[in-house]
Amino acid sequence: MYLAAGRGGPAPAPAPSAPARQARTRVGSTVVALGAVSLVTDISSEMVTAVLPLYLVLGLGLNPLQFGFLDGLYNGVTAFVRLAGGHLADRRGRHKLVAGCGYALSAVCKLGLLAAGGSTAALTAALAADRIGKGVRTAPRDALITLSCAERDLGRAFGVHRAMDTTGALLGPLAAFALLWLTADAYDAVFVVSFCLALFAVLLLYAFVPGRTPGAPSNSRAPKLRSVFRLPADRAFRRILVTATLLGLVSVGDGFLYLVLQQRLDLDTAYFPLLPLGSAAVYLLLAVPVGRIADRTGRRVPYLLGHAALLGAYLALCSPATGWPLTIGVLLLLGAFYAATDGVLMALGGPVVPADRRAAGLALLQSGQAVGRLLASVLFGAAWTLWSMHTALALAAAALTLALLTACRLLPARPTEPR
Amino acid sequence: MTPTLSLRTRIGAVALAAAVLAALAVVYTVRATDRAQPGAAASGVTLANTPGLYARTAEGTVAAVHGDRRKDTGLTCRRFYAAGTSAVCLTTRPGIPPRSEAIVLDRDLRPRRTVTFGGTPNRARVSPSGRMVSWTVFVSGDSYAGNAFSTRSGILDTKTGYLIKNVETLQLTLGGRRYSASDVNYWGITFARDDNRFYATVSTRGKTYLVEGDLNAWTARTLRENVECPSLSPDGTRLAYKKRVRQGSSDPWRLHVLDLKTMQDTPLAETRSVDDQAAWLDGATLAYALPGRGRGTSDIWSVPADGTGTPVRVARDASSPSINAS
Repeated sequence: MYLAAGRGGPAPAPAPSAPARQARTRVGSTVVALGAVSLVTDISSEMVTAVLPLYLVLGLGLNPLQFGFLDGLYNGVTAFVRLAGGHLADRRGRHKLVAGCGYALSAVCKLGLLAAGGSTAALTAALAADRIGKGVRTAPRDALITLSCAERDLGRAFGVHRAMDTTGALLGPLAAFALLWLTADAYDAVFVVSFCLALFAVLLLYAFVPGRTPGAPSNSRAPKLRSVFRLPADRAFRRILVTATLLGLVSVGDGFLYLVLQQRLDLDTAYFPLLPLGSAAVYLLLAVPVGRIADRTGRRVPYLLGHAALLGAYLALCSPATGWPLTIGVLLLLGAFYAATDGVLMALGGPVVPADRRAAGLALLQSGQAVGRLLASVLFGAAWTLWSMHTALALAAAALTLALLTACRLLPARPTEPR
Repeated sequence: MTPTLSLRTRIGAVALAAAVLAALAVVYTVRATDRAQPGAAASGVTLANTPGLYARTAEGTVAAVHGDRRKDTGLTCRRFYAAGTSAVCLTTRPGIPPRSEAIVLDRDLRPRRTVTFGGTPNRARVSPSGRMVSWTVFVSGDSYAGNAFSTRSGILDTKTGYLIKNVETLQLTLGGRRYSASDVNYWGITFARDDNRFYATVSTRGKTYLVEGDLNAWTARTLRENVECPSLSPDGTRLAYKKRVRQGSSDPWRLHVLDLKTMQDTPLAETRSVDDQAAWLDGATLAYALPGRGRGTSDIWSVPADGTGTPVRVARDASSPSINAS
């Protein structure tokens, strides 16, 4: 679940320079710096995510089913925290500070997990604090990206950031498993290395991301919370918010799609962890090109086409295709879906939110989408339980088709293009 | 804020910090690596020549346990169980991603068959005759809720070689009605003497149930709610299991014994929360692991199966008990 897991997380450095050089204009140094922060942070957090089940069961002798129920709760909390983080950043014009606090909180949690030992209460608290850190930093960071580059380059900027971010997500589990191998299951070493990386990312943020963004009006009159909730009164923003929520509501989480894939193929459990890595690799490769296309054609086009790719994934899973063609097809379509919708939504919505409420506005968009997707997964699970996997998939495909048609009408052509 | 420093200074400072953090990470990792202990040397102990209690020691090896004396088998397992003519050893193998193995052993503890799968080892069982072997692993990335966990249970028929990697295809009857759902999870299988009937826990929609299964018919039906990790008594009349007595994550379970004829439930004298599939030491006594003094350690305790008596510690720094009767 890219979104639920706070895909907004930061990622590191080297990838972005190549596309930047060929481009007419360079991607801003702030974007690259934020990308680097995201890359390192994502390595750090995905390392922990990858070994957590092993650590809980084999390291501590705990029953991980005890932790499962927390996920739904987290998603709700994250939506709230995201808004709070966004609003706080806007009020003070301190996006970097608020984002930094989020990163720092998550860094400390890596040690907190280690210190918690076998206490389920302490472990739960550390995991919750980690999620809160993720929630807090996402919107201010995305706002920083929108404020640091020209509106016409936003798609590419987000493409670069998300490509770096996803690189981190891809490397994290590999690094963690390699480390476990190397140390003969020293889980604490994974947490310590993860902490070092997280701290390094905070330092990168501190040193290379400007504190006050030129675009951010350091307004004497801080925006009131009420003004955030009045954002949807703006027609252009409302349309994007409604579209994002509506499409979220029919976007079954990738976790569920992997589950369908596993059932269709009777896949070995050993390969489960590799499925998300497959779609992440596709996302990583497509993020920058799709971002550039978005800048040229208007962000609405890839955003809608991305959801068409998701529809394609549903249909592929319904189709008689099997084996590797099905696996590869679904992973390609899912990766394309994320590449064309995740950063692109921010590039689509950013420009219609006044700069002084940018972070909160983006948080609203992310939360709308996240809550929609959460509901979609719950509904999909219910349909699967009530009827069958195929019925659930067919319903999801029908709903997505309807939502897409509605979205085509809702999103006016070129709503956010430079004048 | 940073603008007062030149780019060069900032790069230098960050590089320095990176070096310090990298050094910390490397030193910690190297020390952690040194901590790993080599496995104990095999002492020639096998099921064939040493009866009694077997358990996993703190070093991760399986040993025959007599009070404080341990005779190591040289096997390294996460979970071990022996009965009849076989034993099963669940291990993890490092890799990207790590994998798990169920190694089926004969009475001389020689490997006869190895099954590889993903997930984290949790429960292992062998039928009284030694013919049927089962295991449960935790799997993540298998659920729509992101980091949530689920379980996978497998069964191997060592006589025919027939392997069921995931028992979720069982035709399940829940509360008298045919039931199928995406969130069905099985764990903690225990076999009857006939190598066909079995009991297990199934969970769906946040509830757990005891199921009675028929291997040949490949069906299962629920008997009762709130039963986890059943363990069938040697005479086949009672099930020891952990019952959820508290919601939430602190101390949720208490060991109970269910009489299968009367369906009467008896709480055992062990009042601490036991998260284990108990093992019958004999027809009247159960053994199980509880957390020990150090982090991640556990001790083996025993308690009478009729609700009387008090718990007794059988072995320190040990887990995964099973009894090798003959």
